[in-house]
Amino acid sequence: MDMNAYLSMFIDESNDHLQALNENLLKLEGDPNDISIVQVIFRSAHTLKGMSATMGFEDLASLTHEMENVLDLVRNNKLSMDSFIFDTMFKGLDALEAMVQDVVGGGTGKADVSAINAALQSIVKGDYKNKPAAEAASPGGSTAAASGNSGSAMLDIFQFSVLKQSIEAGNQVYYIKVTLNESCVLKAARAYMVFDVLENNGEIIKSEPSVQDLEQEKFDRSFVVFMISGSQADALKSQIEGVSEVESAEVVLLDDESLQLYAPASDSRNQAAAPQQANTTSAPVNREAAKRETGEAKAQASAGAVAVNRTIRVDIDRLDSLMNLFSELLIDRVRLEQLSSEIKRSDLIETVEHMARVSTDLQDLVLKLRMVPVESVFNRFPRMVRDIAKQLDKKIDLIVTGADTELDRTVIEEIGDPLVHLLRNSLDHGVEMPADRVAAGKPETGTVHLRAYHSGNHVFIEVEDDGNGIDGAKVSRIAVKNGVLTEEEAKRLTEEQMQMLIFAPGFSTADKISDISGRGVGLDVVKSKITSLGGHVTIRSKQGQGTVFSIQLPLTLSIISAMLIKMGDEKYAIPLSSIVETGIIQREQITTIHGNQMIEFRGSVIPVVSLGRVLDVPGYREEEETENEIVVIRKGDKLAALIVDAFIGQSEIVLKSLGKYLPSIKSISGATILGDGQVALIIDPNAFIK
Amino acid sequence: MAEEMKVIVFALGQEEYGIEVDKVRTIERIQPITRVPKAPAFIKGVINLRGVVIPVIDLRGRFGLEETVTTDNSRIIIVAANELEVGFIVDSANDVIDIDSEAIDTPPEVVGGIKAKYLHGIAKIGEKRLLVMLNLSEVLNRKEIIQLEQLEV
Repeated sequence: MDMNAYLSMFIDESNDHLQALNENLLKLEGDPNDISIVQVIFRSAHTLKGMSATMGFEDLASLTHEMENVLDLVRNNKLSMDSFIFDTMFKGLDALEAMVQDVVGGGTGKADVSAINAALQSIVKGDYKNKPAAEAASPGGSTAAASGNSGSAMLDIFQFSVLKQSIEAGNQVYYIKVTLNESCVLKAARAYMVFDVLENNGEIIKSEPSVQDLEQEKFDRSFVVFMISGSQADALKSQIEGVSEVESAEVVLLDDESLQLYAPASDSRNQAAAPQQANTTSAPVNREAAKRETGEAKAQASAGAVAVNRTIRVDIDRLDSLMNLFSELLIDRVRLEQLSSEIKRSDLIETVEHMARVSTDLQDLVLKLRMVPVESVFNRFPRMVRDIAKQLDKKIDLIVTGADTELDRTVIEEIGDPLVHLLRNSLDHGVEMPADRVAAGKPETGTVHLRAYHSGNHVFIEVEDDGNGIDGAKVSRIAVKNGVLTEEEAKRLTEEQMQMLIFAPGFSTADKISDISGRGVGLDVVKSKITSLGGHVTIRSKQGQGTVFSIQLPLTLSIISAMLIKMGDEKYAIPLSSIVETGIIQREQITTIHGNQMIEFRGSVIPVVSLGRVLDVPGYREEEETENEIVVIRKGDKLAALIVDAFIGQSEIVLKSLGKYLPSIKSISGATILGDGQVALIIDPNAFIK
Repeated sequence: MAEEMKVIVFALGQEEYGIEVDKVRTIERIQPITRVPKAPAFIKGVINLRGVVIPVIDLRGRFGLEETVTTDNSRIIIVAANELEVGFIVDSANDVIDIDSEAIDTPPEVVGGIKAKYLHGIAKIGEKRLLVMLNLSEVLNRKEIIQLEQLEV
């Protein structure tokens, strides 16, 4: 069988399952007694095991198998989770992730998992409390213990009661375990043949793995079936073994007692038995009811998440080429609009207008296709925060909101690292040690909010902590000491500007350098990364109360609204997002202050930039005019006025890169293609404001 | 080890040059070029080639030859090499010929004022015709642009 065809599917699905495992394990850590979470984790682990075994990734399969054994004990209330088990499970997950990454990188997914396996096995055997971890336990003993358990909890309440009733009615209920030959190639087909035999003999109540999984060969070599049949055990056994490539068939006749072994986990005794013996089991029922009450809120929350989206996976390259094709269409549309306005034929104009409307809708749709919820970035943070908090001996709650906020996938791909830096910074420098917090009259557990939301044409992502805040004076002192700026400059800064100094290259306020942050690299990288994405970072911090890092990002990077302007014979585009307003000024309004041209604009004095001179535009001299058109642009809260020749108008433009050959040019951020097929350069307004 | 190769022939002044055909994406007539400010002088600007923005350089300028005005015969040869796509303005481009790789000799130090490192070799075709084979990866070497920039600053 050609495994390569399935490899990408395997990778995608493994990543999904690993993510689910991570999330749910974290959830479980918050509420270790919630068995329903364990069930979810168990299912993910089980599927992952099946997939890895099918794909031949033995180490992946064996590790998941051991994790599954532990989970199995937990969900059967034979073991309660404690911090050692959680740590071991998380370590196991890390190893799994590493292995899957290896597979992604074209490796064989092999890794030495014996240490983790041994730890997991010692948990299963229950002797980890005496001699924690490492002690390599003999694998034979523990797997035997595990397989004794693995049968239990296979049945749900419904299946259990059906089987129970049929036993009571005097029918024969069988537990059948079929094992296929190791060399069996068409496992699904053999499983089907076995089922065919069984169905001729009676009724199948349950199979493990499910019939669907069996059909898709999502099983190792054996499967288990529960059935009601009129035939004798021996007859069944010989019939099943008559199917070729079946190695063995274990047929066990079940009675009332042995059926209990397979009863659904914790609920078996009350749920199944309760209807008949309500009086004697009232105590457990009460417990159940109490549990249900507390679990209700959670159940609602998870029900919302379960609502299945009907989706398909699409290759990103295809989406990109769809986008490119659409941009070409957009250029043609503008061209058509121009032509139709020249030709002035009403039916042509109508058609073009209709086309314009359709293409606007299409544009929205195509852009939406490229939008990805920030969840895909956010979902790895809870785990990261947990680990770092543990490492730092701090108590920190991470509260994530707005994970469904959507961003262009190019932004999503880039935003992960800066957010990691910011979060680490908040954990390390922001939130104080528990003792300090108590002393400051704050709750012992620090809270870090990670939130994303839409506002206008931008998406904001904020990292907020309730820690100590940023001491602007301290920051500027260190900045002066580190040579980031001179003492003179430092004196003129506002509190906010002082705080922004932490983004300066080569800066670190940490008194001691830690593993997590404080090496002075990081925050300046964060800033430059976000700037390169067309966004910017701001800080709001109150001493003793906490800090908010706010990142503003553009919704999309590929199509923007821009103002087209003319400079002599050349056309340029200025992104509308940074334009405050346009206007006309008299030449004599421009005054020269300290060698710089300035004008008064709405009560403040702002610098004037001669775009013609910056861009060396031939054949345009603004000095020869008595009135100059200006475009007032903004970067942060600073303004500047660009002198331009003439305005053309507002237009949606498609961003194109200038290619790799050209050296990067300050003041030009890219190019676009106009309706007449000509290239116009896009001006980078940020380059004009220091 | 004689190998036949197809070569696009173009002219700069009196000289004839060759580029392997598999490096050439397309040959276009001269079209409006958008000037890029602050770029080195031999970079004439960018053009729109079916939705893709491609920089165009004047080969004469690149080689330090005197630049001339474009004529009806002038062409833009779009080449792709080192993952770069760049257009060359040439005086004319009108021939595709087969040459034998053995017929290419190492170039002398200077050919028509062009530094030898830009050249891959000289191919002799027939008795009198000489064809200068370009070393595309050197011609498109970005390091030189960066050096040029630093000189200007």
